[in-house]
Parts: sequence; C-alpha cells; structure tokens
Amino acid sequence: MSALRYAVPGLLLLALVILLAFGLRRGDPSEIPSPLVGKPMPAFALPRLQDGAMVSAEQLVGQPRLINFWASWCTGCQVEHPLLMQLARVHGVEIVGMDYKDTPDAATAWLARHGNPYQQVLRDDAGTAGLDFGVYGVPETFVVGADGQILHKHVGPLTEEAWVQDIAPLLGAARGPT
Amino acid sequence: MSHWRGWALALLLGLSPLMAQELDPATEQRYQKMLAELRCVVCQNQTIAESNAPLAQDLREQVRKQIAAGRSDAEIRQYLVERYSDFVLYRPPLRPRTLLLWFGPALLLLLGLALAIRFSRASRKPVTVPAADDEALRRLLDKHS
Repeated sequence: MSALRYAVPGLLLLALVILLAFGLRRGDPSEIPSPLVGKPMPAFALPRLQDGAMVSAEQLVGQPRLINFWASWCTGCQVEHPLLMQLARVHGVEIVGMDYKDTPDAATAWLARHGNPYQQVLRDDAGTAGLDFGVYGVPETFVVGADGQILHKHVGPLTEEAWVQDIAPLLGAARGPT
Repeated sequence: MSHWRGWALALLLGLSPLMAQELDPATEQRYQKMLAELRCVVCQNQTIAESNAPLAQDLREQVRKQIAAGRSDAEIRQYLVERYSDFVLYRPPLRPRTLLLWFGPALLLLLGLALAIRFSRASRKPVTVPAADDEALRRLLDKHS
C-alpha cells in the first residue's frame, strides 16, 4: 500500500516529464505546418519581372522546382542567397522567385548586386499569391513536383541541412534516378 | 509646408474613411467578432484584430472583402484554414488530434478530485480508529495495578 503511495506521484511526474520533453523536441513553435503539402499549387497569374509577360501556375508544371518567396527588403533572403546561387549553379536546381510585396526597381537592383539564382522571377506586388500559398514571412520555399504538387515547405532562410535532409531527396525522387 | 501639401493631406484624411468599404453596424460587429477569433500567424499571441503586422492587415482586408461579398463565417474560416491550417483559429475544431486539448483540462480536474478524495479519506482513518474508551482503559489499568 505504501509502495503505491509513492508510485502514483512518481508515475505522474514521469508522465509530465515525458510530455514536456516531447513539447521541447517539437522544434520551433512559430513554424506552422502547411496545409498545402500534398496538394496542387494554388493558381496564379503574375507578371514576370524581366519582361512583364504573364506567367500562370500551369506554366510551372512539368518539372520539379523550388518556388522561393523573397523580397529585396527581406534580410533573411540575403542569408539564404548564397545557398540558392549554389543550388542553381552547381546542382542545376530550377528556382522560381516570387518577388513578394516588392517594387520591380528594388528587386532588379537587388538581383544585380547579389546575383540572380532564379530561372525566372514573378512579381507578387500585392502579396496575393503569397496569401494563396499561405506565406506568413519571407523567405519561404516550396518544393513543387513535376505534376505541380507541393511536396514540402520550408519556412525561413534555406539551410544546407534543410537542403540535404528534406529537399534534395524530394527533388531527386521527383526527377527520377539521374 | 507649402499650401498644396496641406490641402492634399486634408483631402487624404477626409477621404480615408470612404476608401475602406463601409459595413453596416450588424455586419461590422460580425466582422469584429470574427477578427477576434483569428490568430495572427506572424505574431502568434495576438489576434488579427490586435496585430499591426502587414500580414494581419492583409487578412483583415480579406475578411472584410469576403464579408462584403456575402460569404458566410464558415466559408471565410475555411478559406483561411486552407492556407494557414488550423493555426489561424483561436477556437480549434474538435478532432481526434485535438481531443486532449479540449478534454485534457477536465480530465486533469477529475483526476485531481479523485486523488483529493482518496487522500482525505486515508488521512481521516487514523484519527477515528484509536477512539479509546476512557472508562474501559481505567478499568484495565486498575485490574493490573
């Protein structure tokens, strides 16, 4: 009986410790799981930065790509920028830039200064495409399969670790063995 | 400050209430109530009614537009959940995943009550058991002395 008296609070404490440990290991609580993963990317039609030609979501189907929301005013985008350059140049990853709530002049100047990793840049001046993609803070990067499905979402500056662990395997699988 | 700038400013200030679509009082109340139950996804401890984050402003504008377009509260909520997941709702839906969230506190309360009853019973027992009869005790002592 007295053994039970000590066992009950002990077990309760253990349960609490396990619960809290799970909570701590869950990672950054400000990261919101995207409900869009596993769904086709939302429709949009946006002007291209370079020439103003309208580009729609359907035109981006057919090849696995990264869709990267960025802006010239965004400091996190400068952090991930060298990695994007490397992915585009070394690994030949096709990256579409979504210029989120920016002005064409500022964006063009930024790309001229830092280099352009994007295959094409689309202007999301009002942030409407961002809203449909569930973007809540640039930079955010979506992995889109050849069929136009969103396979993964990365929030915040892209890291080497995220590339190796999460994104490269998805792109590799989507491309098929090379 | 030159004259025309002052005029332009006055004009802008005068026009600004007109630029936002005016809602009638009942709809305005519905709009405000709705905002108070939506979480700003950037600054997660604020509602989109309280937050000044640009995204919260966008979402307020969306809600206002959709209300003006005659969409129901459920439809607007659905629209937001499709983009930002259940995180935007301060009143999470009842699902297998959220069962613990909804009923956990009640469960803890019941557990606490059960423990409290158990311990109070256990601690009352030792007090009641040695209720010795003084008379019998004296007789017992007298017999052996």
